[in-house]
Amino acid sequence: MSEEVVLLDFWPSPFGMRMRIALAEKGIKYESKEEDLRNKSDLLLQMNPIHQKIPVLIHNGKPVCESLIQVQYIDEVWHHKSPLLPSDPYQRAIARFWADFADKKMSDLGRKIWATKGEEQANAKKEFIESLKLLEGELGDKPYFGGENLGYVDVVFVPFYSWFYAYEMCGDFSIDAECPKLMAWAKRCLEKESVSESLPDQEKVYGFVLQMKKAFGIE
Amino acid sequence: MTGPLEQAGPEMGQNLEARTQLDVYTWYSPYVHRVAWVLKLKGIDYEFVEENLKDPNKRSPLLLNCNPVYRKIPVLIHHGKPIVESLFIIEYIDDTWKDNPILPTDPYERAMARFWASFIDERLLEGSKRVLSVKGDQLKMETKQVSDAMEVLEGMLEGKKFFGGEKIGFLDIAFGWIAIWLGAIEEAVGVEFFNRRKLPLLETWKDKFKEFHVVKDSLYPTEKLVRFFTKYRHSQLKLAAKK
Repeated sequence: MSEEVVLLDFWPSPFGMRMRIALAEKGIKYESKEEDLRNKSDLLLQMNPIHQKIPVLIHNGKPVCESLIQVQYIDEVWHHKSPLLPSDPYQRAIARFWADFADKKMSDLGRKIWATKGEEQANAKKEFIESLKLLEGELGDKPYFGGENLGYVDVVFVPFYSWFYAYEMCGDFSIDAECPKLMAWAKRCLEKESVSESLPDQEKVYGFVLQMKKAFGIE
Repeated sequence: MTGPLEQAGPEMGQNLEARTQLDVYTWYSPYVHRVAWVLKLKGIDYEFVEENLKDPNKRSPLLLNCNPVYRKIPVLIHHGKPIVESLFIIEYIDDTWKDNPILPTDPYERAMARFWASFIDERLLEGSKRVLSVKGDQLKMETKQVSDAMEVLEGMLEGKKFFGGEKIGFLDIAFGWIAIWLGAIEEAVGVEFFNRRKLPLLETWKDKFKEFHVVKDSLYPTEKLVRFFTKYRHSQLKLAAKK
């Protein structure tokens, strides 16, 4: 039976990027459909009625929503190639914790860095760097969070790297100066085709953020 | 009413290395009840340690060691290694003790179970906390959002005894204590969530779930929860008035 895989996506979305990386790592052929989030398609609304968000993975007509759940899903279905989650239950629990941590912190704090000013932005920057340092601690001396190869935490976290330049410009700070080990890790990930083909150019993302700021009336 | 949940266990000494596990606990927490139910369902031996969360300075060194990032409960310690976040703990337990599986085996069904558990946490658990913290028009809005989410759950029970089918599963465990919370919140705030006419399947499910053996032993008199929520609401509204 041929597998039919469709991904409803939006180019700057870090959540969509996770799926692009995971699908590439697994060598899964899929059809990508770019959504206009100001004019959501009927397909998107039908496949994700609860949240109406991308990415949506449609596998043989059945939708899976929420990127962390989607990555775990394809890891379980296509388990024979490039496993993303560890096989040991304890290591799996650790991976889930750090992926969830990275996801929550980067989403929330990143948005505050580009969308706010003054004290709120300053607090967000501080907590952002603290979170990155905790993640650096978890990485340790390993080349990737997954060990010798890309794993679940790498796939979940590295897409935010494409937004770092935008955060630095909006927040007037240097992430590299604070977390050089993490930047080295990100560059190492980008040496992999699955990652370099999935992440947009940082300048392009910054341009998108500037557009959003204008649209929302944020200086 | 006494039972294992009422006892503050001793600090773990030698037992950590043995098969006995440690669960750090606060009586009203839905996160803790979820884990306790799964441990009981699987017949796993464990020990409770109660933490005082009101005073952050009184958290035990054990908790601070085990969950240095969030400093939150529950924490499960198995063979000396800590696991945190209730839903991740349940997946860990399911991966380690394979009898009486809580999650489905099919990858698509597992993805659905994880999706709806996340929905329950976001719309019902967090939603009910918001209901407790507001009044007036905001209360009407938050109450409606929780009710809308409950209607979605009602739809999922069509033709089923439990969310897990014939047997209790991941979603029943995820939602269970929150359902009991919602009942107490109805009284504490003066709103209605469970409507026998609009949500008949959820009403039946709640009655069956409360009778289930592992759940029955862990139930507190509703008045205790109502008192707890009334106090919480009072302090939240006071805080909001100060801003």
